[in-house]
Amino acid sequence: MIMQLKEKIIEKTFLVIALSSITILALITFFIFEEGLPLILKIGPKAFLLGERWIPSKGLFGIFPMIVSSFWVTLGALVLGIPLGLACTIFLSELIPPSVGMLLRPAIQLLAAIPSVIYGFWGLIVLVPFIQNHLGGPGLSILAGSLVLGFMILPTIITISEDSLKALPPTYKAGALALGATHWQTIWRVLIPAARSGIVASIILGMGRAIGETMAMIMILGNAVKMPTSFLDSARTLTTNIGIEMGYASGDHRQALFATGVVLFFIIMALNTLAISLSRRRVH
Amino acid sequence: MLSTRLQTLNCKQFLPHEFNPPFPPLAKGGGRGFGHWNLGFLFLLLFILFSMGCQRSKAGITVAGSTSVEPFAELLAEEYMSRHPESHIYVQGGGSTAGIEAAITRAAHIGMSSRNLIGDEKKLYTVTIAKDAIAIIVNPKNPIQDLSLQQIRLVLSGKIRNWKELGGPLHPIVLVTREEGSGTRESFQKFVMGKEDISLEALVQDSNGAVRQVVASNHDAIGYISLGLVNDQVKALKISGVEPKLTDVENGKYTLVRPFLFVFKEEPTGEAKSFLEFVLSPFAQKLLLKEGLVPVFLKIAKE
Repeated sequence: MIMQLKEKIIEKTFLVIALSSITILALITFFIFEEGLPLILKIGPKAFLLGERWIPSKGLFGIFPMIVSSFWVTLGALVLGIPLGLACTIFLSELIPPSVGMLLRPAIQLLAAIPSVIYGFWGLIVLVPFIQNHLGGPGLSILAGSLVLGFMILPTIITISEDSLKALPPTYKAGALALGATHWQTIWRVLIPAARSGIVASIILGMGRAIGETMAMIMILGNAVKMPTSFLDSARTLTTNIGIEMGYASGDHRQALFATGVVLFFIIMALNTLAISLSRRRVH
Repeated sequence: MLSTRLQTLNCKQFLPHEFNPPFPPLAKGGGRGFGHWNLGFLFLLLFILFSMGCQRSKAGITVAGSTSVEPFAELLAEEYMSRHPESHIYVQGGGSTAGIEAAITRAAHIGMSSRNLIGDEKKLYTVTIAKDAIAIIVNPKNPIQDLSLQQIRLVLSGKIRNWKELGGPLHPIVLVTREEGSGTRESFQKFVMGKEDISLEALVQDSNGAVRQVVASNHDAIGYISLGLVNDQVKALKISGVEPKLTDVENGKYTLVRPFLFVFKEEPTGEAKSFLEFVLSPFAQKLLLKEGLVPVFLKIAKE
């Protein structure tokens, strides 16, 4: 009897704890929308999403350049991150003895543990002057941001796509080899296509990480509010817009930053939904 | 194709334990693993850490606001605390507007502002603790020494885009500004830009230090920061022949000057009052002068 009661109490306690984390998520969502939506409705979704001028002191809140910049930076990060990440995955799971993998894997996971401000600092001290001196422009640029982000999303891409490669039944590899395929043909024609949805999901999750990154980007991107015209231009993403102006904002300006958060919320939600649905899909 | 019929991974792969296991489990295999002793030790450690944290939170006052005033307030707070070991003054940044708001809502005992108060804010109890000049800074390698306000306005609004037009090298000008809402930016807008907008092409940095860092590392950059924070990494320009010197700030020749304010919800009492009195004392004002601000209750001796 007492034992049963104890079980019940423990069960309920855990239920409350589990629910509290979901409640917090709901509360955050609620407050972002409560603060942000009124402004979007006030100035009109079109003026907000497609407006090209962000001058809060004059009541102009157009975030289109930031949406575009966010995608530019993310695209650049993927151009670097996907080939590097895939190569790393194949190397780790197929081409080296497991003992070496045991050493390399933690090293890659460590990449995820480095605080983003350190990445930002490294970019600012190393990449920015390099770009400024060799390629021109202010140095604080989309190119620098993309390079740093490309490295930051590596752990996400590598861990998840390696897991999806590992999850394949060993018969696939054995079968392909038995049919006379070389090791490389097996990897490229059988294993990678078989693990495709997991790999794509890892890339989308990497994208989510890239779009959400703030601190490193504030330090590297230069934060100019304009439409990017080249990878050497300075740019401001959705997240850095919030990060850089939150401290001083009040009134409509503050609400506009929350509204930026609403847009970001939808983008991240869409990406995550896509990633989850892709990873669930069975290819027949 | 063989591959198309293959079954692929399922959602389990996104569980966090698969995703993020950078550290091995603390105790593996042998015995009962993570025993009571370990757990007890962990709690003890946490307890010690927490109680260390608590010790610091002795009675004190909070000063919050402008990031331009913050470094000076920190310096003053340190001096004050060394004289009054029993009290503690917490200095936080956040920005002028946030500081004023914090004073209104009593989230902070003292709000710091680097801009004049507007509208309803004027009802607050306000004390000017010092005046600060805004310096226009360029890289020390830049040959330009002197610009007029008119030229600075044309540069920052993006109408003059090359140093050549100002008699410098044939390099595009890189503009550096502060973010919207910054007290420094608002003052600069008022004193220099007037009705003109600062170009949207300008790089935006979120503190005086960050602006200085960009200008120090880029030969073609121009920006504006608090005069007190100018160091030898950057060069402060003369404005129509007037050098940004403290004496010229005081006698009104150098016009880009703004107040550093302490704002209170009402007339301060207790600790806040005692700190304010300290800040306005000759000693503290001399300290501010040494740091590059113009004191309000002290005449600067002629050099």
